[in-house]
Amino acid sequence: MHDDATQKNTLLGADELVLNMGPQHPSTHGVLRVKLKLDGERVRGTECVIGYLHRGVEKIAEHRTYQQFAPYVDRMDYVAAVSNGLGYCEAVEKLMNVEAPPRARVIRTILTELQRIASHLLWLGTHALDIGALTPLFYCMREREEILKIFEKYCGARLTTHAFRIGGLQYEAYDTLEKDVERFCKDFERRVQEYVDLLTGNSIWIGRTRGVGVLSAADCIALGASGPILRASGVKWDLRRAQPYAAYDQYKFEIPVGTNGDTYDRYMVRMEEMRQSRLICLQAIENIPAGPILGKVGKVLKPPPGEIYHSIEAPKGILGYYIVSDGTTQPYRVRIRPPSFVNLQALDKMVRGHLVADVVAIIGTLDIVLGEVDR
Amino acid sequence: MNPTVQALLQFLQTWWVELASGFVIVAAVPLVAGYVVLVERKLMADMQARLGPMRVGPHGLLQPIADAVKLLIKEDIIPDNADKVIFWLAPVVSMTAALTSMGAIAFGPAFQVARDINVGLLFIVGVSSLGLFGIVLGGWASNSHYSIIGALRSTAQLVSYETAAGLAIVSGLLLAGSLKIHAIVDAQYQNHVWFIFLAPVAFFIYAVASIAETNRAPFDLPEAESELVAGYMTEYSGFRWALYFLGEYANMIVVGAVATTLFLGGWLRPFPNVHWLNWLDVLPALFTAAVGVYCARRAGKQPVAVQTWFMWGVAWACFAVAAILAVPLFVAPLKFVVPGLHGAFWFLLKVGGYIYLFMWLRFTLPRYRFDQLMSLGWYILIPLAIVNVFCVGLAMICETEYGWNRWVALVVTTMFTLGTALFLLHLHEKRTAAASSATGVTEQPAPQDTYAG
Repeated sequence: MHDDATQKNTLLGADELVLNMGPQHPSTHGVLRVKLKLDGERVRGTECVIGYLHRGVEKIAEHRTYQQFAPYVDRMDYVAAVSNGLGYCEAVEKLMNVEAPPRARVIRTILTELQRIASHLLWLGTHALDIGALTPLFYCMREREEILKIFEKYCGARLTTHAFRIGGLQYEAYDTLEKDVERFCKDFERRVQEYVDLLTGNSIWIGRTRGVGVLSAADCIALGASGPILRASGVKWDLRRAQPYAAYDQYKFEIPVGTNGDTYDRYMVRMEEMRQSRLICLQAIENIPAGPILGKVGKVLKPPPGEIYHSIEAPKGILGYYIVSDGTTQPYRVRIRPPSFVNLQALDKMVRGHLVADVVAIIGTLDIVLGEVDR
Repeated sequence: MNPTVQALLQFLQTWWVELASGFVIVAAVPLVAGYVVLVERKLMADMQARLGPMRVGPHGLLQPIADAVKLLIKEDIIPDNADKVIFWLAPVVSMTAALTSMGAIAFGPAFQVARDINVGLLFIVGVSSLGLFGIVLGGWASNSHYSIIGALRSTAQLVSYETAAGLAIVSGLLLAGSLKIHAIVDAQYQNHVWFIFLAPVAFFIYAVASIAETNRAPFDLPEAESELVAGYMTEYSGFRWALYFLGEYANMIVVGAVATTLFLGGWLRPFPNVHWLNWLDVLPALFTAAVGVYCARRAGKQPVAVQTWFMWGVAWACFAVAAILAVPLFVAPLKFVVPGLHGAFWFLLKVGGYIYLFMWLRFTLPRYRFDQLMSLGWYILIPLAIVNVFCVGLAMICETEYGWNRWVALVVTTMFTLGTALFLLHLHEKRTAAASSATGVTEQPAPQDTYAG
C-alpha cells in the first residue's frame, strides 16, 4: 500500500515502529529530531538527527575580528547568552594575557549568576510542561522576566545581550543595579518555594521523574556529560570551584550533588543551584569594588600567535573555547565545546527501555538548546 | 392526502417536543462548549498570572465565536494516505455519541429530550462510551504514528476506566434503586441526602474515572501534547478537529451531568426538604443579578465604545434571566414554572462546579505515564470500586434487614472501604518500589567503555 514505508519497515522487526520525533515537535526543545525505534511504547533505540539550526558559527569566527565575533557566541545558547559571552571574553583575555579589572569581574559574576537562574527557570518551566504540568511555566517566565529586565537596563538587550567586552565591560553598572538585584533575590526565595510546593512533593511528578533516565557517574564521565547532569550522578565537579574564573573564588556557595542520577535528582540539583546562585548574587552586590571596568586592551586586538583553551561552568555544563591565534586580528580557528551537544549524547543510553512519555521527560532533563548543539 | 405525508404529520404531532429539544441540544451544545473553553482559558490564565483572551470582545467574550468562524473557513485537509471515508466519519461518530447521550440527560425536571427511558443512566453511559470508536477510527484512519499511538492509548484507557466508573455508578444505583433519571433524583429527595454523603468513595472513584474517560489532564495521554503532538487528532484540522473538540467538551458535560444526577442531588437545591430554608430559592436570581451588576460596573471601563455596549448587553441579559428566575417565585399564577427553571439552574451550577474541578486539576497536576495510568486503574480503582459496591450493599442490608441506623452502617462500611484503599495504596507503593529498583535506580555498575559515545 505504501511502498516506501514497507521497505523501510523491512529493516525492523515485524513488531517495531519507527517514530520520527521532530524536528517539528512540541517538546524536542527546538529542532532536534529523534528517530525512535519503538516496541509498542517502549523505546528500543534512538538516533538523534541534529544540524537543523547549523549556522557555521565556528567558521564565521575565522572571518571576524575578535570583537566582532563576540555577539555571535550569544546566539549559541540563546537562553544563556551572558554565560557564553563570559566564556569567550575570558578565553580571548587569557590568550592576550590581560586581566579584567576586579570591578568588571564582580559585575560579570553577578550577571552570569542571574543568567544561570534565568536559564534554569526556563528549563524548569519547559521540563514541567513536557511532563504535563502547565502552570509552572508561567510562574518561571514571570521571574525570568525580572532578570531580563535587569539585563535590559544594564545593556539594552534582553536575550542576546553582548553584555561584556574583551578586557572587561563596555558599560558601567547603572545606578540601581545592586538594588534591583537585591529586590529580585529577596523575592526569589519565596518564588522557588512556590515551584517546590507545586512539584517536589507531587506524587505524579515523583512517579514521572524518579528512576527515569538514570545515568551513573561512570557513564557521565565516559560520555563527557557535565553540569547538573554530572552532579546529579554524585560527582562534585563544578568549574566555578575547581578552576575559579571571574570572581567566584571570593564567594561561598555549595555545590549540590545527587545520588541516583535520575531525572528527579537532576531536578533537585538544578533547584538547589538556583538558590545557590541567588546567594552568590547577594554576596556579590554587598561589595562591588570601585575602579575601572575595562582592562588595558587596545582598540585593535592582536593576540600573540598561540592557542588557548578556556572553559567555564555555563548553566548547562562545561562550556569550552579553544582559540588558535596566528597573530592577526582574526582568530585562525575557534572551536567551541558546547555543553548541550555533549550532554545530548547521553540521550540514547538514558531512554533505552523507557516509554515514549519518558523520552520527552529525558530530553527536558538534559536541558539542551539547539542553537548550541548545532552552532 | 398522501399517506406518507399524513404519516409524517402524525409523527411530527406526536414527537414535536422531543424533536424541538433535540434541535436545541444540537444547536446549544457547540455554543456552550465554546464558552466552556473560554471559561477554561480564563481560569487557566488567572491561575497562571496572565490575562487570557482579551482581544475579541470585552474580556475575550466573543472569542469562541471567532474561533468557530476561523475553524469553519479553514482549508479542509485530508492526508493523502488517510483512509478517507473513515477519516471523514470518525469525528462525526465522536460528536454524535456525545450529543445522543445528552438526549437522555434531564437538565432539571422539565428539560429532557428522551423522557422516561427506563434505563436512562445506562443509556447515557453506554452511548457516550461509543464515542471511543470515533477516537480509535480517527487514529487509525489518519495513517500517522502519533495518531495510532494516541488511539491505542485511548482504547486501553477507556476500557480500564469505564470499568471503574461503571462500578462506582453501581454503588450509586444500589442506593437509588432505579436507572431512571427522575427516580434517582427523587430517591435523593426522599432520603433527605445527596448520595455523595452516603457513598463518598463511589463519588471519588467516579470523579477520577470520568476524568480519564474524557481524556482530561492528568489522564490526557491519548492527546498528550508534549509527547504525541495531539494524539489521535494530530492529522485533523479545521472543522473536523472542532468536532472532536466539541465531542470532548460535550462528554465533559455528560459525565458532569451523570455525577450530578447520581451523587450531587441532580436539580435539587441544597436542603430541598427543609422548609425554613426555602429562602434559598432566591439564590439563583441573586447570583445572576450579581453577575449582571459586575458586568455593568465593568462596562464603563471598556476601552472601546462597542465593548461598553456589549458589556451592557451582557449585564441586561443577566438581569433579564434574574427576573425570569425571580418573578415566578412571587407571582402565584406563574408558580408552576419554578421547579423547572430553578431545577435547571441548580443542575447547571453543579455540572459547572464539577467541570471546574476538572479544569483545576488540569492546571495543577503533571501527566501520568501510561503504565502508571494502567496500574492506578487496575490495581487501585477497580478493586476499590468492587469493595465499595460490596460495602454499600452490605450497609443497605444492615439497615433494611437488621434495623441498623443508616449512618452507623454507612460509616462502618465506608471506613472499611477506606482501609481497603490504604491497603491497596500500600501494595501499589511496594510494587512500584520493587519495579524501580529492578529497572534502574540501583542498577549494577556495568564495566565502562571509556570511549563510549
